[in-house]
Amino acid sequence: MPTTTVTPEAVEKTITDALPQFGVDPSQISREASFEELDVDSLDIAEISQIIEEEYGVQLKGDDVKTIRTVGDAVDLVVSRAG
Amino acid sequence: MKRHVVVTGIGAVTPLGVGARTLFDRWRAGASGIEDGEGVAGEFDPTEHLSVKEVRRADRYSQLAMVAGDEALADAGWDRDELPYDPARTGCVYGTGIGGIGTLENSKQILLEQGERKVPALSVPLMMSNAAAGMLAMRYGLLGDSFGTVSACSASAHAIAQATRMIQYGDADAVITGGAEAALTPLSKAAFAALDAVSNVGISRPFDARRDGFVMGEGAAVLVLEDAEMAAARGARVLATIRGFGATSDAHHITAPHPDGAGAAAAITKALRDSDLEPEDIDYINAHGTSTPLNDRAETKAIKTALGDRAAHVPVSSTKSAIGHLLGAAGAVEATATILALRERIAPPTLGWEEREEGMDLDYVPGQARPLEVDRGPAIALSNAFGFGGHNVVLCLEV
Repeated sequence: MPTTTVTPEAVEKTITDALPQFGVDPSQISREASFEELDVDSLDIAEISQIIEEEYGVQLKGDDVKTIRTVGDAVDLVVSRAG
Repeated sequence: MKRHVVVTGIGAVTPLGVGARTLFDRWRAGASGIEDGEGVAGEFDPTEHLSVKEVRRADRYSQLAMVAGDEALADAGWDRDELPYDPARTGCVYGTGIGGIGTLENSKQILLEQGERKVPALSVPLMMSNAAAGMLAMRYGLLGDSFGTVSACSASAHAIAQATRMIQYGDADAVITGGAEAALTPLSKAAFAALDAVSNVGISRPFDARRDGFVMGEGAAVLVLEDAEMAAARGARVLATIRGFGATSDAHHITAPHPDGAGAAAAITKALRDSDLEPEDIDYINAHGTSTPLNDRAETKAIKTALGDRAAHVPVSSTKSAIGHLLGAAGAVEATATILALRERIAPPTLGWEEREEGMDLDYVPGQARPLEVDRGPAIALSNAFGFGGHNVVLCLEV
């Protein structure tokens, strides 16, 4: 059951905390960093989506994912979906 | 006219350690990689060789394949950033018995305990039995034909055989081949035990009268195969020539070999014909030699049927006596060991062989390694691999 309140700060922290397990260098992570620069591909995004769903109850589907380019885009999408 | 195929690089990760030469040197010295009835590749730590992302994106079986692959390409003198061949004419054929079963078991556990929405997104790309073939092609930028072979314990011998054909018939100039297995998982171990295929006492002693089943092992091998003329043109060091192979089916039983070894004998005969050789030309046989009562008896009969009078004079030993049964990786790991045995002119031992069973009277090289007697010219060996399903593959190697 999702328990965390959806705020931009909380979602950004969730994503920032998750990325290093995919091999991303923590020092490279910022709102502006693009997933391409971070070497985060569609499979990583699929995993991040599962983490987001577990944490916030927000489902990210195929078409949604195509619109996000940066960490900030992902945060904004999750926040907008939760609203 | 068929082109000739040479092996220019080898790599292996086995229960005897990381490295093809480590495998051979330790086996030759009589070392065993089996502990507590299992052949774990205990010296293999994927994080020592692969990045966080590479480890995460690969089941253990593919991790083993990549590390063996890096060794093999370096051994062949290949620059991974600038392949010695047109990438479009460089392929990958890579075998496994079960593929990413560890991933499958883990994902199933999550499905049952946490529900379907928690099933890891990486489940399919990690567990599919062509994962290692795809990972190797991606890792080295191979753009030619790539696929996995699945024929249980003959899978990687089939891979080498098909890779050989691709080069012989001009479909590729070089092929990365071999096989990997990482099936020391709870379901897999329990399932093999339920079949009564695994040794109850945890001892791998192929061809010995007391043998009672195989010991499961894990590992991988990669071989770099090249067209012989092109390898010579680039100044490659040639480790061995693949003279040919023979492959047949028992069409008898899904797990038991034909009791007379008829299919295996036919595969040996086909391998000799494909290689343009006679039984008298064979100097060494690396047996499938699983340590199961049925295989070792049938394989002995097959060797005698196919080689006739020559059978009594050829040393026959089983790598599985030192590392256990690596299932789909066995054919490639054992072909790798065979190449090094031929190069060193050594017949490595069947460890643990002490008691003869009636009718099983080949020279199983008991006790310790001994010099390989080669009457003339090159040394030639057969490397046998037989799989559940009744698949028989015999590779013929020359050094």
